[in-house]
Amino acid sequence: MTVKTIIAFGATSAICVALLRRYAAAGASLYLVARDESRLAACAADLAARGATVTGTSAYDFNDAHRHSAALDDAAAALGRIDLVVVAHGSLPEQADCERDDALVRACMEDNLTSAAVIMHAAARRLEAQGSGTLAVISSVAGDRGRKSNYTYGAAKAGLDAIAQGMQGRFAGSAVRVVNIKPGMVASPMTAHMEQGPLFAHPEDIAPRMQRAIERGSRVVYVPGFWRYIMWVIRLLPTAVLARLPI
Amino acid sequence: MGRPLSSGSWGRLAFAGAARTAVADWRFEALPEADEGDSLLARGWGRSYGDVCINSGASHLDTTRLDRFIAFDAQTGILRCEAGLTLAQILEVVVPRGWFVPVLPGTRFVTLGGAIGNDVHGKNHRHAGSFGCHVRSLTLLRSDGERYRCDSEHNAELFAATIGGLGLTGLVLDAEIQLLAIDSAHVECEDLLFSSVADFARLYEESSDWTYTVSWIDCSARGGSVGRGIFSRARHAAGGDRDPGNSAPRLAVPFTPPVSLVNRFTVDVFNRAYYTAGRRRGGVRREHFQRFFFPLDGIDGMNRIYGRNGFYQYQCVVPFGGGVAAVEELLRRIAASGEASFLAVLKAFGERASPGLLSFPRPGWTLALDFPNRGAKTLQLLASFDAVVRDAGGAVYPAKDARMPADMFAGGYPQLERFRPQVDPAFSSAFWRRVQA
Ligand SMILES: Cc1cc2nc3c(=O)[nH]c(=O)nc-3n(C[C@H](O)[C@H](O)[C@H](O)COP(=O)(O)OP(=O)(O)OC[C@H]3O[C@@H](n4cnc5c(N)ncnc54)[C@H](O)[C@@H]3O)c2cc1C
Ligand SMILES: NC(=O)c1ccc[n+]([C@@H]2O[C@H](COP(=O)([O-])OP(=O)(O)OC[C@H]3O[C@@H](n4cnc5c(N)ncnc54)[C@H](OP(=O)(O)O)[C@@H]3O)[C@@H](O)[C@H]2O)c1
Repeated sequence: MTVKTIIAFGATSAICVALLRRYAAAGASLYLVARDESRLAACAADLAARGATVTGTSAYDFNDAHRHSAALDDAAAALGRIDLVVVAHGSLPEQADCERDDALVRACMEDNLTSAAVIMHAAARRLEAQGSGTLAVISSVAGDRGRKSNYTYGAAKAGLDAIAQGMQGRFAGSAVRVVNIKPGMVASPMTAHMEQGPLFAHPEDIAPRMQRAIERGSRVVYVPGFWRYIMWVIRLLPTAVLARLPI
Repeated sequence: MGRPLSSGSWGRLAFAGAARTAVADWRFEALPEADEGDSLLARGWGRSYGDVCINSGASHLDTTRLDRFIAFDAQTGILRCEAGLTLAQILEVVVPRGWFVPVLPGTRFVTLGGAIGNDVHGKNHRHAGSFGCHVRSLTLLRSDGERYRCDSEHNAELFAATIGGLGLTGLVLDAEIQLLAIDSAHVECEDLLFSSVADFARLYEESSDWTYTVSWIDCSARGGSVGRGIFSRARHAAGGDRDPGNSAPRLAVPFTPPVSLVNRFTVDVFNRAYYTAGRRRGGVRREHFQRFFFPLDGIDGMNRIYGRNGFYQYQCVVPFGGGVAAVEELLRRIAASGEASFLAVLKAFGERASPGLLSFPRPGWTLALDFPNRGAKTLQLLASFDAVVRDAGGAVYPAKDARMPADMFAGGYPQLERFRPQVDPAFSSAFWRRVQA
């Protein structure tokens, strides 16, 4: 299905921007939601210059759970029909910091799971009422197995997996699609502090594959694709072996 | 697709790296705090050949995420965007709407900030001047925390210093440029053989109604053939599609060979074949602009062919006044040296003044050469070129330089003293420290 109207939550994220730029080039209409007002304005102007029609923006912290359905209403009014809802926000705390700081654990869950869960449920109602449309959520390979290097973040992302799977069941046989996007390591502000090894991809490199998965309505897509095999191996590793690996 | 070089530069010479790299993510953020004794240098995609984009032992500021358009008026062709956007990314958006970047260097993988920092030139200098001629205004963030809106009326001295200012006046956040209207993504072009530098000069004079002119010189030619080459000229075509054709490179150099693949023998074979191919390709033909402007972008990692030790570029300009004698002398010295220059490019700069205090383009012939790094031997040859250029009253291009001595720089850039007070005290580069010595 070709996507012409989009509401994006976390529209200032580097990965989301790379995806939206592809839709902008194709002349899509966008409604953009993000936390920071100036960043949002900068991204909106960029996408407009690249060919998108930006029909509206809304800036607020996504932990304000009551604002999401209003943003969706606003977007539906501006766009008419919503072909695609993207949920792209997230935050990656250091695992070692989470082990010391309970408030950070909670913030990690709120940024990555609670807020996204509310958005997904609200968006699902909207798409169900429309009778069609695609909900794409960016989870992570980190959710595939609890690993000592990032299990707090991984747990939140695994929560998104469960929601996506459940919704795929709920909408089976209808024209509503739920696409679970699992990036591997991507060079973005979130990972800027890390050593950028050869496994790192760039947002513009993974955007085409994300777009294809969205257009096909794939249930799960690893980006880049080789992460599917890496995670397959990691899921099969015996616990004792995994514990000894530095990952 | 090309990628930014996160450290080093295109010539792959061994410069000491930066101690830190900070990333500029958003144009409204402050500069990173610099510690005592540290300095900053903005970096684009690292397509300079030497050390103008390197701040050894100090801080780099990665600008490649400042890649947002700010405003594009498809009626007037006025584009405002952030400085980390590349000319490739700009072309991809503006070509389908009938606009073109008015000055293009030989690769599209350079940022707007880099194009301003070196005040780059293209194959159309006679008609369009340097890149800076098309910059209407820019925003500069300096270490005093201020954002300076600069154009020819406001902060005019800072504007003139920043164009061609080698990143030393602060961080360019964004700029507004005037694009060129085009009808099609194609050019009409033609290749003509010439047998001497004088012959090249005559072709150039005769081609004033062609927008773009450039020539390739066969540096392995000997004796009576010295100075032979292929003259290419082009202009924007009418009609046809406006597909930006921003495709990924077709070929790649997958690893760096231990020794240079560019040597006397391979250059000889290549040049002979290329020259002969040129002879067969007669008449005016139509080509996509990407092919004409960026032949090297078709090969990913092209700079690796010179081997692990990297290579030197040498680009100079010599005033028209002395005729082509200095160019001929340089070619004779190459022939006598036994060194091989793979890509020798001869162009001309017209009369249009460059707006920057340290801009390289000025009226004259400009010759660009490259040599695999063979240490002292190569450096000696380049020093002997300096002597020729100095005598002719010419200059060497900082964007391509990794070794010119301080007096060569001072001699080629008469506005240096006027430039100096505009340098931001917190900014520096390996190049700048080298040419102060
Ligand atoms: C294959 C090839 C062909 C080329 N052909 C030509 C040609 O035909 N004509 C020509 O003129 N040049 C040519 N060049 C050189 C190239 O155009 C310049 O070196 C250009 O400046 C590189 O841009 P960059 O984004 O890589 O900048 P860098 O190399 O990363 O930086 C260049 C300079 O600009 C400064 N700078 C970069 N961004 C900013 C910013 N935001 N604010 C302040 N300062 C900044 C840096 O400090 C540095 O001094 C060629 C290079 C290659 C590799
Ligand atoms: N980069 C990777 O390697 C990688 C790997 C796997 C999965 N992912 C996932 O990919 C998605 C995009 O990340 P990215 O790599 O593009 O990083 P990014 O550029 O840092 O984007 C993260 C975005 O999330 C937003 N955000 C965080 N908390 C928020 C909150 N409470 N309310 C509203 N917005 C909030 C941030 O907004 P501000 O700009 O206001 O901070 C930012 O726009 C995330 O879900 C991330 O978990 C990334």
